[in-house]
Amino acid sequence: MAFEGIGASPRRVEDHRFLSGRGHYTDDINRPNQVYAYIKRADRPHARIKAIDTAAAAAAPGVVAVFTGKDVEADQLGGLPCGWQIYNKDGSPMKEPPHPVLAIGKVRFVGDAVAMVVAETRQQAKDAAELLNIDYEDLPPVAGIADAVKPGAAAVHDDAPDNVCYDWHIGDAATVDAQFAKAHKIVKLELTNNRLIPNAMEPRAAIGEHDPDSGEYTLYTTSQNPHVIRLLMGAFVLHIPEHKLRVVAPDVGGGFGSKIFHYAEEAAVTWASAKVHRPIKWTAERSESFLTDAHGRDHISTAEMAVDADGHFLALRVKTQANLGAYLSTFSTSIPTYLYATLLAGVYKTPAVYAEVKAVFTNTVPVDAYRGAGRPEASFLLERVVDCVAHDLGLDPVEVRRRNFIPPEAFPYQTPIALQYDSGNYTATLDTALKHADWAGFEARRKAAAAKGKLRGIGISTYVEACGIAPSAVAGAIGARAGLFEVAEVRVHPTGSVSVFTGAHSHGQSHETTFAQLISDQLGIPMSSVEIVHGDTAKIPFGMGTYGSRSLPVGGSAIVKATDKIIAKGKKIAAHLMEASVNDIEFKDGKFTVAGTDKSKALAEISLAAYVPHNYPIEELEPGLDETAFYDPKNFTYPAGCHICEVEIDPDTGHVDVVNFTAVDDVGRVVNPMVVAGQVQGGIAQGIGQALLENAIYDEGGQLQTGSYMDYTMPRAHDVPSITSSNEVTLCTHNPLGVKGCGETGAIGSPPAVINAVVNALRDYGVRHIDMPATSARVWSIINANKPRMAAE
Amino acid sequence: MPQVALTVNGKHHTVEVEGRTLLVELLREKLRLTGTHVGCDTSQCGACVVHVNGQSVKSCTMLALQADGADVLTIEGLAAADGTLHPMQEMFREHHALQCGFCTPGMVMSAIDLVNMHPDGLTEQQIREGLEGNLCRCTGYHNIVKAVAAAWPLMHNKQLPQAAE
Repeated sequence: MAFEGIGASPRRVEDHRFLSGRGHYTDDINRPNQVYAYIKRADRPHARIKAIDTAAAAAAPGVVAVFTGKDVEADQLGGLPCGWQIYNKDGSPMKEPPHPVLAIGKVRFVGDAVAMVVAETRQQAKDAAELLNIDYEDLPPVAGIADAVKPGAAAVHDDAPDNVCYDWHIGDAATVDAQFAKAHKIVKLELTNNRLIPNAMEPRAAIGEHDPDSGEYTLYTTSQNPHVIRLLMGAFVLHIPEHKLRVVAPDVGGGFGSKIFHYAEEAAVTWASAKVHRPIKWTAERSESFLTDAHGRDHISTAEMAVDADGHFLALRVKTQANLGAYLSTFSTSIPTYLYATLLAGVYKTPAVYAEVKAVFTNTVPVDAYRGAGRPEASFLLERVVDCVAHDLGLDPVEVRRRNFIPPEAFPYQTPIALQYDSGNYTATLDTALKHADWAGFEARRKAAAAKGKLRGIGISTYVEACGIAPSAVAGAIGARAGLFEVAEVRVHPTGSVSVFTGAHSHGQSHETTFAQLISDQLGIPMSSVEIVHGDTAKIPFGMGTYGSRSLPVGGSAIVKATDKIIAKGKKIAAHLMEASVNDIEFKDGKFTVAGTDKSKALAEISLAAYVPHNYPIEELEPGLDETAFYDPKNFTYPAGCHICEVEIDPDTGHVDVVNFTAVDDVGRVVNPMVVAGQVQGGIAQGIGQALLENAIYDEGGQLQTGSYMDYTMPRAHDVPSITSSNEVTLCTHNPLGVKGCGETGAIGSPPAVINAVVNALRDYGVRHIDMPATSARVWSIINANKPRMAAE
Repeated sequence: MPQVALTVNGKHHTVEVEGRTLLVELLREKLRLTGTHVGCDTSQCGACVVHVNGQSVKSCTMLALQADGADVLTIEGLAAADGTLHPMQEMFREHHALQCGFCTPGMVMSAIDLVNMHPDGLTEQQIREGLEGNLCRCTGYHNIVKAVAAAWPLMHNKQLPQAAE
């Protein structure tokens, strides 16, 4: 058997169907007698709905039904729930205004769902929607953070008159103040974390279906977590019990966080399918994706680092304003708080950290988790501040980092802001990255670039993040309204092949391959004997889905736990068959052996005995070989690493060319190096996108100016370089595989490395900081506004 | 309703369409060839690329009626009759050039045309610029570029010239 276990890079199981055009995405599904929904969306950011005349639309060719907020109210549907409760500094709960499935009374962002037209064809539904006559009374728009906090600003929600959802803090303010009082210097930086649009390549889609005989609803949807959607939509919105609601998330074309959340269209098509007695299909056009998929980031922050004369960090003080958009998306409230501020110690032994976060409502698309979710905001702020410390004190940025690193012998390390890092070696990732990037040879490359008239810069970031959000009890104590375990069922069939039912969902992460590798490793059978089943609440016992790089650390651990149960039961069966004591049975390479003898039974013999229990310890043991495990993590996992970016800037155009990118990441044990490298490369491309290209811009009127691929700059093949990536390994100490997760490191580590490189390249122009994205226009303006120091001197 | 007659993956079809029906809608909704994807509404993403009379075309930029008489090849028609993958498909698999798979059909169809159009060699820069019309959000393009370079010798049956830049 070819080696396919942990550490191998077998080619992917899922690829053949994708490469053959036989992927099975939601929009590829068509149900018998299906009709189509088109959502009429608000074309203005903030307005009262005075009246909606649906008569002409309802009478248009092919139209089956038209629904508005009035129908939602009449049927007493619940609002889309928020999954995380945050408390203000004074202990009062956050403001949590309702988010109706279709707008009731007011629209609150351009793209807000106002009505749903259902017709025989997509085009008929769209044509009929043009005939809806909506009488609006416009209200002043709150187009961004600055608008929201302005005195006298319009209120997005009546029950949050100052537009503040919460005003939260973490850390020890008094200790931070004391440290600041004795500091040699306070290094201050104001910065923006640009708003992004996730842009999974598959637009969201949903098909709702109702069986009047059984009363069962089925929702096919583009989701990263079908069980979570079943829970949220069933329990809170449509009031359908779990046994009457099946949620299927088939192949999903990328998520990056944006397909975690429960969206209005899912509830609308499921609800209405029972009213029109036909399956209803809705597929977003890309323009709708821009206007309705939850956006990411959007922070304005002030950071102050107190340092001694040698650049040792004494304390960090951070004040952040976060834009939550018009409504609270599913996990929105946790992102700028527990997934952001708790990471502000970073890889450093900063003894005190205090962070305040004010989260506001605006008339913009809801903001929620996007690849990295909070942690890229933390790493960008911290790694920019660290470079500013080096800049302001005239120190080498690498040396500043070394002086402040949590040393390898300090683990487990308790940070001053809640988290306890279990393992890491930040010096090791730094040293390897410096070597791979040829940091020492940079000056020669800078001179060579200068000779060609180019400005060359190098930048570094050393980051840590937190994955696999949990334990459930801890998450619950800080406001999570859900458990954060994962579930696996491992079913050994009578002839020895295995089906694994996992609550994690693969939408690019390669679970069908890497989870099969786990089973191959644990049970000693070839991957070809293993199938991985996911994405269907009717098949999988339960699950919390895929986000926060949790699939392997949490979902993989559940698989190991279930497999351990299989082996334990198998040993009992083997002991019976071979007339030995169960304590003498060893399991290795797919065989149960009586220790010290040549007597053995293969897994397939044991499974056959379990399902054909003629000679079987039936008194003590149930037949069958099928085990389920729920795994609740003991702690977060803490991937960390060092990213080094080298750029060349053309001073005539301001164009920033990323010429080298080196990543050395510690994601714990690596199951499939090929897959890990792929995840890192993709994350880095998104990070380069954030740093140089991508920016969601609202004008002062609340209209999204970047609502298509002609306006929102996605990284294309020629915008990103080849990437040098490798791994250093320290094992996670609290999960059975020693894994930490690799899905988000690229997007977390790379933006500050890129911007540090751009600032470094522009240092002769007196630049200390540049906000993302460092577009050609922005860089060109800086170059032209600042004469280079060398020319002036 | 007007009719369009065309050949798709070697099979002849005559289909009634509305005048406004796009080629990609004909493929996905009338012929149920759902391997060709729709990723945008501005002809920017390339998920819908197919070959029309041997050349790569974004099938959302063409009306179905414009394909009357055309010979169309989609991702479903790329593998040999015995199931053997096209070298480009094989190299995408070998080099892990796909993750979620959604952009993949369009990316593969574009890449084949790109390699076909460069019989004398293909540099990394040319590959990156040649795939300008195809967005991928998962891979960072790194492995796609590797896969296309690896498919070139297989498709042209000779070594890829080094450093042709």
